[in-house]
Amino acid sequence: MRDTLTSLRYRYWPDHLLGEILSKRWTETAIPVILLLIVGFALSRSIDHFLSPASLADTARQAGEIGFIGLGMALVVIVGGIDLSVGSIFALTDFCALYLLDVLNWPVPAVVVATLACGALLGAVNGVLIGYLRLRAFITTLITLIIYRSAFDLLIQRYSNSIAAAFPDIPSWNFIGGGDVFGIPSVALVYIAIAIFGHIFMTRLRPGWHITAIGGSRRSAYNSGIPVRRTIALCYVASGVLTSIAALFFAARLGTVGGDIGVGLEVIVLTATVLGGITLGGGKGSVAKSLVGVLIVLLITNGLTTLNARGGINRMALAGILLVAAMVDIRWQKNRTRIISKVYVAPTYHALPPPPATEIGQGGPFEQNDKLRDVELIGLGRIEAPEDVILDRNNNLYAGSRHGDIMRFFAPDYQRMEVFAHIGGQPLGMAFDRQDNLYVCIGGMGLYRIAPDGTVEKATDETNRSMHSVNDDSRLRLADDLDITDDGLIFFSEATVRYEMDEWPIDGLEARGNGRIICYDTKTGATHTALRGLKFPNGICVASDGQSILFAETFGCSIKRLWFAGPKKGQVEVVMDNLPGYPDNINLASDGNYWLALVGMRSPSLDLAWKMPGFRRRMAKRVPVDEWLFPNINTGCVVKFNEQGKILESFWDLRGENHPMITSMREHRGYLYLGGIMNNRIGRYKLDNADPNYVQYDKRWGKAS
Amino acid sequence: MKRLRFNQQEIVFAVFAVLFLAFSIFLRGFLTPENMLTLLQNVAVLGILGLAMALVVIGRGIDISLIAALAVPPGLVLQMVQNGHSLPASLLTAVLLTIAFGLVNGWLIAYAEVPSLFATLATGLLLAGLGQAALFQLDVVQWSDGMKGFERLGQGTIAGIPTSIVMFAIACVVVAFLLRQTRWGAYIYAIGDNPYAARVTGIPSRPIIVLQYVVAALIGCFAGLVMAASVNSMPTRVFNSTLIYDVILVVVLGGIGLSGGRGGVLNVIIGTLLIGTMLNGMTIMDISYAGQNLVKGVVLLLAVITDSFLNPRNEETAQQGDI
Repeated sequence: MRDTLTSLRYRYWPDHLLGEILSKRWTETAIPVILLLIVGFALSRSIDHFLSPASLADTARQAGEIGFIGLGMALVVIVGGIDLSVGSIFALTDFCALYLLDVLNWPVPAVVVATLACGALLGAVNGVLIGYLRLRAFITTLITLIIYRSAFDLLIQRYSNSIAAAFPDIPSWNFIGGGDVFGIPSVALVYIAIAIFGHIFMTRLRPGWHITAIGGSRRSAYNSGIPVRRTIALCYVASGVLTSIAALFFAARLGTVGGDIGVGLEVIVLTATVLGGITLGGGKGSVAKSLVGVLIVLLITNGLTTLNARGGINRMALAGILLVAAMVDIRWQKNRTRIISKVYVAPTYHALPPPPATEIGQGGPFEQNDKLRDVELIGLGRIEAPEDVILDRNNNLYAGSRHGDIMRFFAPDYQRMEVFAHIGGQPLGMAFDRQDNLYVCIGGMGLYRIAPDGTVEKATDETNRSMHSVNDDSRLRLADDLDITDDGLIFFSEATVRYEMDEWPIDGLEARGNGRIICYDTKTGATHTALRGLKFPNGICVASDGQSILFAETFGCSIKRLWFAGPKKGQVEVVMDNLPGYPDNINLASDGNYWLALVGMRSPSLDLAWKMPGFRRRMAKRVPVDEWLFPNINTGCVVKFNEQGKILESFWDLRGENHPMITSMREHRGYLYLGGIMNNRIGRYKLDNADPNYVQYDKRWGKAS
Repeated sequence: MKRLRFNQQEIVFAVFAVLFLAFSIFLRGFLTPENMLTLLQNVAVLGILGLAMALVVIGRGIDISLIAALAVPPGLVLQMVQNGHSLPASLLTAVLLTIAFGLVNGWLIAYAEVPSLFATLATGLLLAGLGQAALFQLDVVQWSDGMKGFERLGQGTIAGIPTSIVMFAIACVVVAFLLRQTRWGAYIYAIGDNPYAARVTGIPSRPIIVLQYVVAALIGCFAGLVMAASVNSMPTRVFNSTLIYDVILVVVLGGIGLSGGRGGVLNVIIGTLLIGTMLNGMTIMDISYAGQNLVKGVVLLLAVITDSFLNPRNEETAQQGDI
């Protein structure tokens, strides 16, 4: 009863989603958004008409103006700098617009262009100083703040009267200041357009990536050839232009040049930027964050003004929120990886009946023996991690190595060894096609094809993304083993979509159906997912009927059959379950049966733990990784089974020295070749009563002409 | 042949010397004892604030909230005395407030790990807001009878030297002693030079950082008292001014790099002298306040640019987040 409840709870409650959602980049924006919602809710409860259209339009106008400056500041902060001079640039460009319009009577379009140019020029001063002369952003913009401010002060002493005396009544100018389209203020419309462009620019275009890269690591960006100085300079220019846009709208809205315009604006914008979650120091930030930060600051200041709070309270509230937000942000940035790693592992319920006996004297097909005690060793100490081994028609032996190479041992004595091909990722399962191309599953990379002359080509490294998956599962994380059908379909297993190659034992701890079988069509080059929700699918072998594949589910401890053609197409059937160990690769035997490697044997403790997901979750949270209870992969065996799923024979290495751990085996001319992912050798075992002329790919594809 | 290299301190000192010479020669009334004293008197408060800032900047931090510490606790003293409290009690309250403020700053920066720029930006706003909202009745807190005698902190002379200059000198001696003669000072340099190495070596870096901000706030409060005494009131709106930028400029121009671990009291004195000379000379030339600021800014910019040409930043060793 309790087991049933546990199984139902873990079957239908998606534990794994929390970790996956938290590891998404967009969750970083979530904290500021939640803050914004809280502030908005609190204020709308305490102030009447706070969310009325008129009030919203008013907020939108101010938000637009500050928002432009916020965008500029965001850009500069992301590139790793800071711009304290925005307040003074704002004042100067505001003056510029009004002076040109009111005193010189320029037409509106010319005023707009000239003001933007003025902003660009003022920003360019910062840009040249910081980008090209490499001054410190903080101190430089501090100085330009003073210079621009005093220039502004000097200018308004002379012209403020003539500007104040003028009352321009130009429709287009009034539209900039107070116009709206369907109730949306003009400034908000322009802001939306620029924000959308900014988002695309930062996330999709090359210069945007350069900016983020420079902010993330200026040195690396420089060394990888990004024009660091120019990019930084242009960011300050952009900041100046964006500030001048804000000043244009402000000038059109109010039409005055007071002495305190833009004083302290840098503090407000900086507060907004930090509140939005744009990390000072660069490399992180987005348009959405900037907007959210600006909205929070504006809502608070406007709300408090409406509530008739004294200026002091206004300041204190702003400061308090800035402090809390900065603390939360910093704690989150610092501990994010740790939190995710704690909640990412989401074990689920996995019950297996007691395993069949393997002890000597107990009888049964798995009874231990010492047949592999004296296997011949090939390449001892010269090869590392041959997960799979394969032989070509000329009796040469191929095996993958941990260093990302396919090694070739030459017949007949397999003493001479060469690097057949270098791929770069760890080769796992291998198979030859009809034209003697070697297809290899590469952990972390995908499916690769190696021509007989050793040239490496990518076959596929992605499949269709599932709709309901939070993690992007379109890329292949752990392609494991493959086989090729007569029609040129390659079925290969991807052991897990939740973990990387080096974390594969954690997937066993989780015991969730995270794996899938993927089909790559060599004719069309298309890839699609054939079957998902499998518990670490591993070995794959096309069955003798040519209409189905046999596949091993390592942590499901079972062998299943998937029909890809014929009347039962698409169906899955269990061939063997409740194996005493964790099945790995499957290959054809000369007598029409199948070889299967058991990479490790089950243990009562893990079997029990698999029924206790809560226990494993606590373990993953509280115990360091190297103390976790993992599946055993120290001892295993090779078995032969037939089409009906009956075990015919088993091979063990009791001494535990040469081949206690086997991930793959391949029969060839009366010998069985053994590979193991933890081994530094390949085994060669003489089979009794085996066809001495059996060559797998001669039999499979017909003799080569 | 050894290439001629100047550091920023020497450049600034040279600029100061050139300016001083030029003013002495071309400006009538510049090189008189009275004017020299005026010059120093005008920048004494700035200099004291510069010392506080230097302390923090050497430890690789920055304290934007100094002006709040300058304005609010001394303002509180004046307000409390005005409301009928005794001067010692008021002073004690102000000092306690300052210490509490420094502790908050230090805790935020050392323990909560908020960047100093933001922590002090926010706490400065907080303290100024507190003063505005709860402590002061008017923006300018007036001198009252209970303060009698206290104005001697900023007015009058001691042995012929204006008191504010003496106060600046005392502050210089105290800070120089702290930095050069105490273990605590050595720790500040170590933390500023390389905070991680300092921590690994076993220096209690977090308490030291907290202490650093407490001392800075206390010096800021002291500067405020001198300032209030010299003008017989506390204009709390000084928080809105650009005074903090002047303070940073004094420190940075003097040659105390913002990346910490370098510089000392001498640098603050040089920076203060340069600014003082410039402002004084321009006042004699009857340049408007805004014009003075403009000239000041341009000169500062030129100094920083010159420094960057003589000592360019290394692209390879520039730290991330080093703004």
